This record gives sequence, C-alpha cells and structure tokens, in this order.
Amino acid sequence: MGKFILSGIIQFVFLIVIQALVLNNIQFSGYVNPYLYIVFILWLPLSTPKALLLFLAFVLGLTLDVFTNTIGMHTSATVFMAFCRPYVLQTLVPRDGYEINQTPGIKDLGLKWFAAYAAMLTLLHHLFLFFVEVFRFTDFYDTIIRVVYSWVFTMILIFIAQYFRYNAEERR
Amino acid sequence: MQKLIRFIEKYSFFFLFLFFEVIAFYLLFQKNHFQRASFLNNSKVVSGEMYNQFSKLTNYLDLREVNEQLAEENRNLHDRQLKSFEKLYGPNVLINDTIYQQQYFYTKARIVNNSTNKQNNYLTLNVGKANGIESGMGVISSNGVVGIIRNVSEHYSTVLSMLHRSTKISVKLKNNNYFGSMQWDGKSYKEGVLMDIPNHVQISKGDTIITSGFSATFPANIPVATIKSFEKPEGENFYNIHLNFTTHFKNISYVYVIKNNWANEQVELEKKTKDENG
Repeated sequence: MGKFILSGIIQFVFLIVIQALVLNNIQFSGYVNPYLYIVFILWLPLSTPKALLLFLAFVLGLTLDVFTNTIGMHTSATVFMAFCRPYVLQTLVPRDGYEINQTPGIKDLGLKWFAAYAAMLTLLHHLFLFFVEVFRFTDFYDTIIRVVYSWVFTMILIFIAQYFRYNAEERR
Repeated sequence: MQKLIRFIEKYSFFFLFLFFEVIAFYLLFQKNHFQRASFLNNSKVVSGEMYNQFSKLTNYLDLREVNEQLAEENRNLHDRQLKSFEKLYGPNVLINDTIYQQQYFYTKARIVNNSTNKQNNYLTLNVGKANGIESGMGVISSNGVVGIIRNVSEHYSTVLSMLHRSTKISVKLKNNNYFGSMQWDGKSYKEGVLMDIPNHVQISKGDTIITSGFSATFPANIPVATIKSFEKPEGENFYNIHLNFTTHFKNISYVYVIKNNWANEQVELEKKTKDENG
C-alpha cells in the first residue's frame, strides 16, 4: 500500500512538471495543446473510493492551475472528469465484471477497452475545459476544432505514457 | 427527515461533485482576490522559481534570435549617438536645459514564462517591486507593444499580455492620426483587431498603427501593428480592421517596462475633471 502511494506521488509530480514545462509550450498552429496530466486520474485503481477520486482530481487540477495562472479552470475540468469516471466504467463493464485488484490499463483489460475508456474521459475533460476557458458559445465550431485537435494529441501521448509505464514496472 | 438523509446518502457522490465544482468556479471568478491570498502567493514563489530555472535553460535555445534583436537595437542606438551627428554650427555652448525633462524611464526585464495559445494569456517577468515595477506600467519589446503589468511581487511581475481578451490599447493611424482601440479577438497570436475607426477615413492595407499616447501607460508613436485587411460592414459607421502585430509573441525573450514619471499627475487630473463634471 505504502509503495503504491509513493509511486502515485511520483507520478503526480512527474506529470505536473511535464505538463507545465514541456506540453504547455507545444502549440501547433495555435490550436493544439495536449493535456497529458489527466492520465493520473485514468490510472487510479478501480477500487479507489469515489470521494477520494474527486478529492485527488481537485488537488491535481489546482496544482496545475497554480503553474498556469488559471486558478479554477483546470480544477473544474478535472473534477468533472473524475465525476464521470464511475459512469464511464459502468458503461464499459466487461461481460464478467471487473475484478477487485485490476487497474485500468491495457495489460489488465485489453487495448480496445482502454482506448474507449481513455477516449471518452479525455473528450469529456477537453470539452469541459475548453468551454470553461472561452466561457461563451459564440465561435462554437472554433472551440470544437480546438477540442478535437488537442484530444487527438492527448490520446497519442496517453498511449506513449502507458507504454513507458509498463516498461518501468517490468524493470522493477 | 429519514427520507431526506437517505436521499442525501444516495446522491452523496453527486453532492460531493457539486461541492468541489462550486469551489473551483468560485476560485475561477474570484481569481484576483485569491491570488493575493497568501497561500497561493507562497506557491507562486515555488512555481516562479521553477519557471525561472527552466527559462535560464531554454534561454540558450533562443540565443540566435536574441542576438539578432540586440544587434538591431545596437544599430538603432548607434544611430542616435552623439558621434553620429555632425556639428553644423560653431563650438558648443553650455546651456542649462530647462526645456527637456525625462518623462519615461525604461527597465530591462527577462521573460520567465509566456503563453500564446490560451484565450487569456499572461507573461511573467523577472523584475518586481525591488526594481521599482508597479501595477499598470506598460511593457514593450524592441518590435512593439507586449502588454500591461498586472500583479507585482518582490522579484517577479505578471503581465496582462496583448493576447488577453480584456487588454485594450489606445492607438492611432500613423498617416492621419485617427485614433481607436486595439484588441485581440482570441484567434491567432499574430493578429488583432482595431475598433472605432469611422468609415470615411482613407485607409489601406499595410498602413502602420502606432500608440496614441493618450493613456498614461505608453508613450506616443511606438509602432504596434500594420493593417492586414479591412471591410466596411453594411449599415455601420465603423470599419472592421484586422491587424498584424509587429511583436512576435512567440519568440520574445527580453522586454522593457516603461515607467511614466508623470502618470499619476495625468490620471489624477483627469479623474478630478471627470468627478467635478460628472
């Protein structure tokens, strides 16, 4: 358990640093800004209590907000995403249900399952975030395009991160 | 009562979600108030220091452009040096200069954090109260206007970038002095819009826009943009003008903060007039 918390904290710090210093500086054509840090919420084990889930999402969003000078913006989006997670898990439940110690990843639940799970939650997060950012529905299609572009890039990064994570686990 | 408790229990997850969302949105709307609060200011020290270290590293990557900018500025200064002027009349006479008094003072600053892809962009500079920076001062680069100082801590200050939905800068056309206000429409970091130019004015593509000097923030006649395109909307009295910023917001690394020595005098006088005459 202790080892688990420690690796969680390392993940948290690492993702925030990568997001604030590297990914927020990536801008293709002014439209794309991938948000990899939300993979932290995706990776939380299935047995995480729902209240803790919301709380961790809140802390994650707030920490990034401090770095990007947008207090409240990422926080609201990550909390929304954490709120949606149990419902997304419910819709994607495999035929014989989840097992207690499974983690939401490719290794335990398969590539197809993870792709659907990550895609849904990431899209929900991005939609919420970008609309909170502009805070109006004029330029609706402009915002949607930004959501879709960033979404695609975030998904690519999530799969890369997933690969690195398994590599690190196997080496241990 | 029991029903109520059961109801709350059943939807506890949803209520907890609402609770966190309310906090998040409260923070979002109370942003400025909370940034002043000590908790976030303290964490600002951590994030500011981190950005500072990181920008020290990435500064090397921009050296080429910085060198070019510096060389250009040096050329400009050489132009203005006394030795590049020829004396036309006899030997110099000592004159106690009572005609000129310096109004604007410039402070050099390095950008330690910058963004161009948000709807509201900010910059962080490595100068603060200790360097005499105050909220409301103008910030320019060697190419044009960058923004206006917002919050100031001991060693850092944040700048409301030109690329912020609420930044408005008073500008005029260089050719004929008609003035309007320059804003950003949130689309591209290269382009802005110019409002309030009446449609009987002669303008053309490529015209230069300069600061008007009306506000106490920027001196007059700093080039800020050129006209990219314009149209006359039916039934309106003003042009829709699209501008190309002269500042390259993506690759600026050094800027100048402008202190206007007479800013308070102007602001107070204008306020007094407004108050007295409604």
